Amino acid sequence: MNAMAAKRWNVWGGIITALTLVWAILWAFPLYWGVISSLKPDDEVIRPYIELWPETPTLENYIDALTTTQIGAWYVNSVAVAVGVTIITIFISMLCGYAISQLRFPGRIALWYLILASFMVPTSALIINHFVLVANLGLLNSWAGIMLPQLIHPVIIIVYKQFFDQVPKDFREAAVMDNASEFGILFKIYMPMNWGVTTALSIVCFIWTWNAFLWPFLSVTRTEMMTITVGITQVNDAFGVYYARQLSAAVLAGLPVALAYLFFQRRVTEAITLSAGIKG
Amino acid sequence: MLRNSRTERLVALVLVAPFLAIYLLAFVYPTVQMFRISFTDAPLIGTGRWVGLDNYLRLDNDPMFRRALWNTAYFVVMTVVPGTLIALLIALGVSRLKGRFQAIVLALFFLPYILPVSVVYLIWDWTLNFQFGIAMHVLDWLGIPRVPVFKSRVWFLPAVAGVTIWWTAGFSILLFLAGLRSIPMEIYEAAALDNSTRWTTFRRITWPLLWPITSLVFTIQLILQLKIFDQVYLFSIGGRPNDNMVLVYYVFQKAFQQNQGGRAAAVAVTLFVLVVVVSVLQFQLLRFAERRRR
Repeated sequence: MNAMAAKRWNVWGGIITALTLVWAILWAFPLYWGVISSLKPDDEVIRPYIELWPETPTLENYIDALTTTQIGAWYVNSVAVAVGVTIITIFISMLCGYAISQLRFPGRIALWYLILASFMVPTSALIINHFVLVANLGLLNSWAGIMLPQLIHPVIIIVYKQFFDQVPKDFREAAVMDNASEFGILFKIYMPMNWGVTTALSIVCFIWTWNAFLWPFLSVTRTEMMTITVGITQVNDAFGVYYARQLSAAVLAGLPVALAYLFFQRRVTEAITLSAGIKG
Repeated sequence: MLRNSRTERLVALVLVAPFLAIYLLAFVYPTVQMFRISFTDAPLIGTGRWVGLDNYLRLDNDPMFRRALWNTAYFVVMTVVPGTLIALLIALGVSRLKGRFQAIVLALFFLPYILPVSVVYLIWDWTLNFQFGIAMHVLDWLGIPRVPVFKSRVWFLPAVAGVTIWWTAGFSILLFLAGLRSIPMEIYEAAALDNSTRWTTFRRITWPLLWPITSLVFTIQLILQLKIFDQVYLFSIGGRPNDNMVLVYYVFQKAFQQNQGGRAAAVAVTLFVLVVVVSVLQFQLLRFAERRRR
């Protein structure tokens, strides 16, 4: 490469990097703006000019949100539902993935294709019959009702199967020789080998459930049973809108998943690329 | 040996049973029921008379259904192609960065994706607020008249599409980054030795090698956006949902607001078939493209 071309290449490289940086900041700006606005007192929020930092930062909107809405109850509901769905989904999917990957039984291939095919089915088309089902079971307005239709994540089974497929067959054969029980093999050999993928999948499953809107919105009509994702959009005051308070409720709702992402950034990215069928 | 394979079958049954039970109850059964009640005049809860294809025939000259179909298509067009391209551009930019710096920049682009839709809604409702939104200050400053974005018939869907791209781009960016990482460095080094320009390098190397990922992102986006509901519902609060009708919203309105389970199910079946057809078609196209390349 001659010197001129190298120089041109570098200048352009610098410009592209700078543009990316500016773009990233602009991209995240609404998030910053939401958080900052939630820290401003009521009169500052509606000032007719842009104020990038609160003059008198305050937590009063948060206190207001926590005391005047049922956000505490919504939090409990969201945590219960998200943790419940995550544990059950991961558990049943792991068992199923293991069976399909390692055991020979009639209907194995059929089950595998059924799971692959259900990938295409849009769950939002099933809302009517999910509602009828959950209503008939008497589970509307309950944690179990919010959880039931969310327990099926074919992706998680698919990822587990692929991971178990990679474990050399010798492990299982050696263990079978040693008279280990099938459950022992799964829990003592296969599971520890795949802790990484289990954590990654658990985190994204938690995030997906926490963020779910349509079904929790339909299956709950009583304010105190709402998840936080639904709750913060359903409650308005008779006396105008308190923007700052709404935003502080939004920050509270987004915080757990944002933190989960920031702490486990690598795991989350891994799980998301895996769930799209790519090895990260 | 015979005993062994029998225990194996038994164990398999026990392991598969919990998933299968929930799957049959919460997935297969509702799917079958959806098809069944779409041929009846059932209300949301309760049974109805068999009406044959009546619910489907009615859709044919139902202006609201047409609008829902049209708006969904419009929304898909506005999100899928621009969303994929924007994510690709961002991924190309981010992939040049290194180490910790890259992680931070990626996090800035990715954070919106991790947030619940209602948080995204509140943030953008505030940012684009007609009276106090910061975007309106910017418009004032540029001398452009303010627009009540989410109350305007013209701007509603494009604005929701923009917010949706902002919200979901993070996912596509991750996939593109994974794809970019799998392109061997040597190819780029060889291109640099050949004095090829940035654009040629992109067109001749990056774009073709990235094509499988691009089509994957495109498909995932397409299927996701066909199911649009949450954002349209939320931004329509206090507005005119009927103007912004989309397919899933129509299912929701018919079933839950007008108590017409059967007719809602016919709309749901339409959506169901649409998504399945698109998935199958896309899958076939991908396979076809794969074969042609070999």
